[in-house]
Amino acid sequence: MSQNNPADRLYSKDHEWVKDNGDGTAVVGITDYAQEMLTDIVFVELPPVGKKVAQGEPVAMVESVKSVSDVYAPVSGEVIEVNVELENAPDLINTDAFGKGWIAIVKLADKDELKSLLSAADYDTLIREEKH
Amino acid sequence: MKKTPLHEKHVALGAKIIDFGGWAMPVQYTNVIDEHKATRTAATLFDICHMGEIEFSGPQATDLLQFALTRDLAGQKIGQVKLSALLNDQGGIIDDLTVYKMAEDFYMLVTNATTLEADFQRIKAILDQKKFNCRMEDISEKTGKLDLQGPRAEEILQTLSDADLKNIRFYHFAQFPVAGIPAIISRSGYTGEDGFEIYAAAEKISLIWDALMDAGRSSGMKPAGLGARDTLRLEAGMMLNGQDMTQEMSPLEVPYGWLVDWSKDFAGKSALVSLRDRGIEKKIAGLEMTGRGIARHGYAVKSGEREIGLVTSGTFAPTLNKAIGLAFIDIEFTAPDTEISIIIRDTASAARVVKLPFYKRPK
Repeated sequence: MSQNNPADRLYSKDHEWVKDNGDGTAVVGITDYAQEMLTDIVFVELPPVGKKVAQGEPVAMVESVKSVSDVYAPVSGEVIEVNVELENAPDLINTDAFGKGWIAIVKLADKDELKSLLSAADYDTLIREEKH
Repeated sequence: MKKTPLHEKHVALGAKIIDFGGWAMPVQYTNVIDEHKATRTAATLFDICHMGEIEFSGPQATDLLQFALTRDLAGQKIGQVKLSALLNDQGGIIDDLTVYKMAEDFYMLVTNATTLEADFQRIKAILDQKKFNCRMEDISEKTGKLDLQGPRAEEILQTLSDADLKNIRFYHFAQFPVAGIPAIISRSGYTGEDGFEIYAAAEKISLIWDALMDAGRSSGMKPAGLGARDTLRLEAGMMLNGQDMTQEMSPLEVPYGWLVDWSKDFAGKSALVSLRDRGIEKKIAGLEMTGRGIARHGYAVKSGEREIGLVTSGTFAPTLNKAIGLAFIDIEFTAPDTEISIIIRDTASAARVVKLPFYKRPK
């Protein structure tokens, strides 16, 4: 692992992270482990602002040189902002998955969904298992 | 999955291993872009032990290959390599392969890994039917192959050999020891760069691998996997058999038409002649994305509302820093600069037909 999974956010089993802004919105991205698996991301298909997504459904698409992968919405809600920087610099996900590589901000439809996600410690365990 | 003699080395280097036609092969050691760029600027080493080699020996070895393959081999000199195609009776491409003329009555054929068996059976059937005096042997198991590719390949390999590599011209080969191991060294490859394909006994190939890894370190050489091999060959405009070419496609429909010598007789010729006379409907063309997104294998290609074919290969091209691909499309749309669109996730994205290759190395 090149980066630890920050404790201030929650994680999905599909390797997305969610940072609750506390104002009914949350930032969504993919984890450092996910970018490591994908390697060299060369294109990101962002959702249109205003798109309504349900938890577990594709919200964005990341492409490496060799692969095309869905990013699943870790929470339901409406996309209110996307990281347009990724259109010109998709590799921000590789260099800073938990920071500048964020993908979208979602207005949460159901805050209870956050309870279904993993803590950083649980996510650490999950990826340790996946590596074996 | 089958493993090459170098498998443990790849694992120790932390390579990501994939199943490539039944072979456990390294797809990347660090990442595709790094390995791709290292090939264009310094050198990289590829484990290509999965590819097939078949030997032909006997007084009629030339007659057999001259009839089995599409290219004219009559003028081939000892020490020369020729790319050729093997067709089925319908004129479809079974494989593209390289022919090494080792001696007057002795050849080595290098085949794709996934088509080795089909190639062998096809040529064996021709041999049996025509009763040529020639013996053929599949030597793939006992033959190892490494590709050393890139502008610094020659200086690296030179440190391990007494023979002057400058004497080996493009698409020619010589036999001499590398790091003390008897080898066949061919100036050729699948990346669009200068470089060598090195053949040696399978049980000794790891010694050459180790020697090259040591010798190349100071020149910036690194190992590269099949991921970079694919982006490199695509930039260089080279076809991948089984993907850009299938048994349902003839040499007329790919940029390999020049491989066919119409003046000689060869297996599959009569079908190919009628295809030629009838005229082909589709052909492989190069494309680059002008709109957003990356064309990928299997995506539909359109001109306006009309569906004109499918993308056969597509990727982000690290050297060119743009998305490129090959598509099998209606022939009237294959002229360079024709505007087409690629259907990416239900949305049409603009693309343009371009001349092959996408990338040509600076001389």
